[in-house]
Amino acid sequence: MKSQEPRSSSSCAACKFLKRRCTPNCQFAPYFRSDEPKKFAKVHKVFGASNVSKILNGVPEQQREDTVNSLVYEAEVRLHDPVYGCIGAIASLQQKMVELQHDLILARARLACYVDQQYSSSIYDDQYVNMDPLSGIQEGNNGLVDNFNHNSLDFDQFSQFPFP
Amino acid sequence: MNSSRCAACKHLRRRCPSDCIFSPYFPSNNPRRFAYVHKIYGASNVGKILQDLPANCRAEAADSLYYEAYCRIKDPVYGCVGMITILHQEIYNVQCQLARVQAEIAALSSNQSESEEPQQQYQQVEVAPNFILQPEQNGLLNSTSFYDLSTLFD
Repeated sequence: MKSQEPRSSSSCAACKFLKRRCTPNCQFAPYFRSDEPKKFAKVHKVFGASNVSKILNGVPEQQREDTVNSLVYEAEVRLHDPVYGCIGAIASLQQKMVELQHDLILARARLACYVDQQYSSSIYDDQYVNMDPLSGIQEGNNGLVDNFNHNSLDFDQFSQFPFP
Repeated sequence: MNSSRCAACKHLRRRCPSDCIFSPYFPSNNPRRFAYVHKIYGASNVGKILQDLPANCRAEAADSLYYEAYCRIKDPVYGCVGMITILHQEIYNVQCQLARVQAEIAALSSNQSESEEPQQQYQQVEVAPNFILQPEQNGLLNSTSFYDLSTLFD
């Protein structure tokens, strides 16, 4: 009976890596498919199979897929940057946020100058429609802007970002 | 002999050799530091990571491993990746705001240059309400998420 059960053909990536029989209730099988061997290899290298198992056991079943995805992402980043890992990623993103907020403040100040200039010129120029201060601000582009590039951080080189 | 063991060797209940890979980074006066790292990564994996690094990088590696382990213990599902997700979203939001303001500037700039040519007919263009300037919003974001990692710990 036991010998009639299939062995390696249905093994998950974890059990193949660990060279053990993959049981029907294997904890890793739902999250480490046999066609993704590198995924488990990375997680195993950083965390170890036993620790991954303990972490998975410590979360509700419906959250285990997200847990595995975050572990895989963390392992990838750690393997790419063994010194700083994800902490380096956080520091870089914080720095980028500071720069963007600075740019936003400058842009808003510049916009305020343009608005002031337009308001000042409209008071003295009868050629244009007499506008109240706010309407000058409302005029401008004729549509939403699509001309900004979505942020492309260095971390795009990793596997797809786990959480959209 | 016992009093000179590092936190790792105390935790692992073994003798602490003079060349212990853990002792410079896991002092005996902070047992929780190694306990967290061991819980998430395991002593063996931590030792391998440290061994593979130049000696001058190991202190920072030990710190980052500790921070990540702490985050994972506090949030077993997302760990520190949760912070990365939030930061990505906030960066995207700020980029959207910046793009809107830059579009406003471009539009006003072109209007002003048109106004310098008196024969041209003034063109009133409608814009989506999103572009209405809100002068009070010239400060930083209301919900900045700066993760001062030093505040993560007791």
